[in-house]
Amino acid sequence: MVPMLLSGNEAVARGAWAAGALVGVGYPGTPSTQALEVFAQMDGVYAEWAPNEKVALEVAAGASMGGARSLVTMKHVGMNVAADPLFTLAYTGVGAGLVIFVADDPGMHSSQNEQDSRNWGPFARVPVLEPSDSSEALEFTRAGFDLSERFDIPVIVRSTTRISHSKGVVELTRDQARKPVGAYVKDIGKWVMMPAMARVRRASLDERVRQMASYAEESPLNRIELRDRSLGIVTSGVCYQYVREALPGASVFKMGLSFPLPAGALAEFERSVERLVVVEEADNYLESSLRALGLSPEPIGLPEAGELSPGLVARALGGDPPKTRDAVPGLPPRPPLMCPGCPHRGAYDALRKVKAIVMGDIGCYTLGALAPLSSMDSCVCMGASVGMAHGMRLAGQGSERPVVAVIGDSTFTHSGVTGLMDLAYNGSDALVCILDNRITAMTGHQQNPVSGMTLQGRPTTEVDLEALCRSVGVKRVRTVDPHDLAAAEKAVREEVASDALSVIIFRAPCALLIKEMDQPYAVDEDLCTACRLCIRLGCPAISKGEGGKAHIDVMLCVGCADCVQVCKFSAIELTGPACDIGGV
Amino acid sequence: MTGPTVTVMLAGVGGQGTILAADVLARTAVAAGLDVKLSEVHGMAQRGGSVDTVVRFGESVASPITDPGFADHLVAFEMIEAARQLPFVKPGGRLLVNSRVIDPLPVLIGDLEPPTGVEDVLVAEGAIFIDAEELACEAGSPKSANIVLLGALSTGLEFPLELWIEVIAGRVPQGTVEFNLRAFELGRDACGEGGACLV
Repeated sequence: MVPMLLSGNEAVARGAWAAGALVGVGYPGTPSTQALEVFAQMDGVYAEWAPNEKVALEVAAGASMGGARSLVTMKHVGMNVAADPLFTLAYTGVGAGLVIFVADDPGMHSSQNEQDSRNWGPFARVPVLEPSDSSEALEFTRAGFDLSERFDIPVIVRSTTRISHSKGVVELTRDQARKPVGAYVKDIGKWVMMPAMARVRRASLDERVRQMASYAEESPLNRIELRDRSLGIVTSGVCYQYVREALPGASVFKMGLSFPLPAGALAEFERSVERLVVVEEADNYLESSLRALGLSPEPIGLPEAGELSPGLVARALGGDPPKTRDAVPGLPPRPPLMCPGCPHRGAYDALRKVKAIVMGDIGCYTLGALAPLSSMDSCVCMGASVGMAHGMRLAGQGSERPVVAVIGDSTFTHSGVTGLMDLAYNGSDALVCILDNRITAMTGHQQNPVSGMTLQGRPTTEVDLEALCRSVGVKRVRTVDPHDLAAAEKAVREEVASDALSVIIFRAPCALLIKEMDQPYAVDEDLCTACRLCIRLGCPAISKGEGGKAHIDVMLCVGCADCVQVCKFSAIELTGPACDIGGV
Repeated sequence: MTGPTVTVMLAGVGGQGTILAADVLARTAVAAGLDVKLSEVHGMAQRGGSVDTVVRFGESVASPITDPGFADHLVAFEMIEAARQLPFVKPGGRLLVNSRVIDPLPVLIGDLEPPTGVEDVLVAEGAIFIDAEELACEAGSPKSANIVLLGALSTGLEFPLELWIEVIAGRVPQGTVEFNLRAFELGRDACGEGGACLV
């Protein structure tokens, strides 16, 4: 037993491995991503990134049907994409155990919305497990596979940012050997969900939920901790830790299985305490479920939006605010930004020059919405840019300012290509820009169908984006290097002028993929006229220095030379390595 | 929320190595036989934005995150971030600040004025300043500024030096062990007894 420091995501991977899972499939999404990356490195497993979460769940469903325990990973919004197979898989049930790991992001550290994935439990009628730390992330994932087989149902393991991205000490336990896969036995009553069979399986699902609710009453996943009886708190997930921190003396009903709930045990807990409250982050899921069961938790006014903390919990239950130092007024915000050398900058520079209305999408390039590039008008969900550009044109926009969709390579293969088919099929004349940096960058460099490499490091075929776009009916498809600013501008000007649907593929690798940096540049102050053209690129290495003249931070510059191309006065020149020239 | 748990917050700008520094600290606490929780945020927030990481250790640690007024130590990799996270430092807590300013993009491009008086506020709040980049260059690479700051932090914690050295050597990329250990030592000397940053 070696104590190891593991994040919740790493622990989920180890839990799946300990359960003997053979197959792992997912789509990257903060805060879930490392779970599959770590699983992929375990002995004797197969793991892959799918183009999207729906495909991921379908691949895992097939593997489960074929007899292999399978893990699926995604972030909360991915579950919306995977919901279609999820609901029917509750009917069919599983072959070997099927666990879906979904990580929510309360507070939206890296997401476009907040969703509480516990709601999928009653909605799809599948069990939901909620670990409270890394140890439980391992144990609950392992237990999820057993429950999945015991009740013939896919099992959701729900995490949040503070579980997934927090590390804690885990005692590693004995691992289960990978089970050999048995012979496949055909069973259309279970697996072919046409109405006659589905009606039978619906009744079976209701019976399985009843059995799970009965199991919940005795499940070791739930835990009652009786201390001071004057206050009883029902809680789950990371909120359990906040409760223990803020109110160590309170009695706690810790829900590990958040669906189905143990009605009897909860009623018993209510009777054993004087005051019953619920502490939960995101939706009032537990509180409204308790009310539906006839319990009467006292409202304490915790917010549904954003994250909780021990201090918020303490104050909601009557604690005094702590003594703090005063906040410093007037500090400038520090928004995230595109890295020095980012290839997206060139594409936005070109779009800004034609004053495009830009329908945006999900990825690092969403940062193009912020000043000084200020070149994006919308960001809704994976793949939305393409369809929204078409809709904008249908509303009559585009005569004064061209309508353009911007989408990354991974996002395009996730769900942009279906939108592009719609545009081609229905005769749109929009411009779609694919910002192809060869990788899923924002989530930390995951491979995708254009990368030429699989999750487990096998070289593989690359999607030919040009051929794909042509094959769905786009006649005008061209490829440019976004670091060639003149070529990028020329391509954009020509394609927005065209009255046909066109695609420009801006292709250059993510700046962080380039390990050998070029020499940094510096500004010759005698030649600089303080015109700000280079500053308007929004490169974090370039700042407004003395007298408004540009200054390049040699510690940050990677030598991409985008700024050299915008400078009309040849004031930006090569320099030497940072420490040598006193750059720090 | 009282008790023996020690809370360290590491605040900086995406790309400065705060997460690696926090990981080294957490592993050192594990090696010392303590319960540890570490909380960090990845993804969009990491791209050059403010990054704050919390490491908590003690006999038994519940929450991975903390609240304003509860951090025993703030290690700020940058002065504006030091000021931003100041309310987290408990009265009497230790405030260790890399004497470097990284202007956020709105300041770089001239949309916002650079903040004034940040250093004065930090001085008034009892900050200890250290030039981590300069010491890192002296150690062999500007990239080891994060380890310089860990060295400075280590003088305020009770872990034995051997433990730090063992964890750093096992955690930093191969080929960088020597100058990272030198960076740790320089940071430790600077903030140890008679060190320059305490004068």
